[in-house]
Amino acid sequence: MTSKFSPDDVKHLAQLAKLKLSAEEANTFAPQLENIVRFFEQLQEVNTKNVTETSQTTGLENVWREDKIDSCSYEKELLACSPHKKTEEQICIPKIL
Amino acid sequence: MNLAHKTLSELSKLFQSGKISSRDIVEAFITEIEAKEKEINAFVTTTFDTAREMADEADARYKNNELLSPLDGMPLVLKDVICTTECKTTACSNILKNFQSPYDATVWRKLKEAGAVLLGKTNTDEFTMGASTQTSIFGVTKNPHDLERVAGGSSGGSAAAVAANFCAGALGTETNGSIRHPSHFCGVTGLKVSYGRVSRWGTMPMASSLDVTGPIAKTAEDCALLLQAIAGKDLKDSTTTEDDVPPYTTNLERPIRGMRIGIPRAFFENGIDADVAQVMESAEEQLRDLGAEIIDIDLPHAKYAVAAYYIIAPGEISSNQARYDGIRFGECASKENLEKIYTETRSEGFGEEVKRRILIGTFVLSAGYSDQYYRQAQRVRTLIRQDFDTAWKNVDAILSPVSPTPAFKIGENLDDPVKMYLEDMFLAPSCLAGQCGISLPGGTSDNGLPIGVQIIGPAMEEARILQIAHQMQQQGNKLTVYS
Repeated sequence: MTSKFSPDDVKHLAQLAKLKLSAEEANTFAPQLENIVRFFEQLQEVNTKNVTETSQTTGLENVWREDKIDSCSYEKELLACSPHKKTEEQICIPKIL
Repeated sequence: MNLAHKTLSELSKLFQSGKISSRDIVEAFITEIEAKEKEINAFVTTTFDTAREMADEADARYKNNELLSPLDGMPLVLKDVICTTECKTTACSNILKNFQSPYDATVWRKLKEAGAVLLGKTNTDEFTMGASTQTSIFGVTKNPHDLERVAGGSSGGSAAAVAANFCAGALGTETNGSIRHPSHFCGVTGLKVSYGRVSRWGTMPMASSLDVTGPIAKTAEDCALLLQAIAGKDLKDSTTTEDDVPPYTTNLERPIRGMRIGIPRAFFENGIDADVAQVMESAEEQLRDLGAEIIDIDLPHAKYAVAAYYIIAPGEISSNQARYDGIRFGECASKENLEKIYTETRSEGFGEEVKRRILIGTFVLSAGYSDQYYRQAQRVRTLIRQDFDTAWKNVDAILSPVSPTPAFKIGENLDDPVKMYLEDMFLAPSCLAGQCGISLPGGTSDNGLPIGVQIIGPAMEEARILQIAHQMQQQGNKLTVYS
């Protein structure tokens, strides 16, 4: 089987996931991911023709609740969770554009 | 009489009949914790002052005849992914090491309303990702039965705290074995509830289609008491179901004569230690003695569950962990620009296993591979569910090992992720299918390590598996707890 994960491939994946890996991390992860994905190959032997996918197990759909406004008594504490400066009850972050 | 050695049910009766105070109980546990916590490392945070205050309030309620529930005045611990306003909730990750939640998780709100007392928050693998509590930034939790071994994971802190007599009961979370696995390693009883039975609101997610919160305690009876308080529909978690919450504790005493118990022998017989096989045999014999009928069953797709799990869960993890972006909560490693805030915060904040799972998830969901891996895994998940549906036509519950071996040594399996993932091979099928399962002590290995067995039941049939486990424990397989 051809290798799916060179250290550069791993770095590319990391970039997509907003992670920055050191060369050492990429070198460690590459063979590990290769091994993990090789472990996944066993699923290819399962015949799943006409089998639907399961994404949840309760079968619940369109769960509604009354559209009632609930008070939130912890706005200040919520804002305090952010490590950034606040002004007028908003979080200040660096310019995006 | 050392109160710390008693079960939750015993303590509750003693307290409710006025023989002891909640403060007495809290002090007994604090004494144990102060004596042994240094070597075990079950806690991330202890909340002794809060516990003493809450205990005094419970004692006042007793005097005024205003007791709230059987859990009133009972000191509990919570896995450190369950949000509490009393102290920090860290997920044992650098990215949340200073996180103070502004609200209580629904499970903790309900326990408080029932009068429970908080003794502290317990150690877990970082964001619950692991099977040994070794990926926590606070270091490994040691097994109270053998300090050179792991407590299992990811709810290793909660299971060790129960085993070491640090608390009357605990909550853990399970996505793929994280309640049952450490319960097996530590010789305690852990209930993985059905998906949707208990609210997830305010509990940090790992894989949202699989995560559940459930009790870990000394006995099934204790687990029933805890489940009674936390089960049920929550408007804040739309995946909780409307199913009635039955009286779990009163059902325990019903005999299990005539119940049909399935054993999927082909699934595990070649993959377990001789010690584990022996404990399975004695559990089977015990069930027969109790009048249950043993029936061989087949779960033909169960062997694919770990592979399917390690595609589906990382997919959900890579998406869930995106919330840790250094903006709204947690640490922030840069103030320079948005890209750096995201990337540097996440790179510094997440540990190796979390990064590995985010990378796997990103890979299996990427355009070229999602059909081959992710969607195929979701289809195999359907086949695993169908295996259970077929089994439930013939049996009422399933008996199975929890894990192939007893507790392993600290440091083992760390460099080989696939080997670590196989710890959960007997736990993954019921998780993927949303069933319930309970791990209870079944015996010990030659070198004295606890070995558990598990009883799996259909979704929302917690009452049935608690009843079976309780009947087994009444008959005397309750493992002597560490003291």
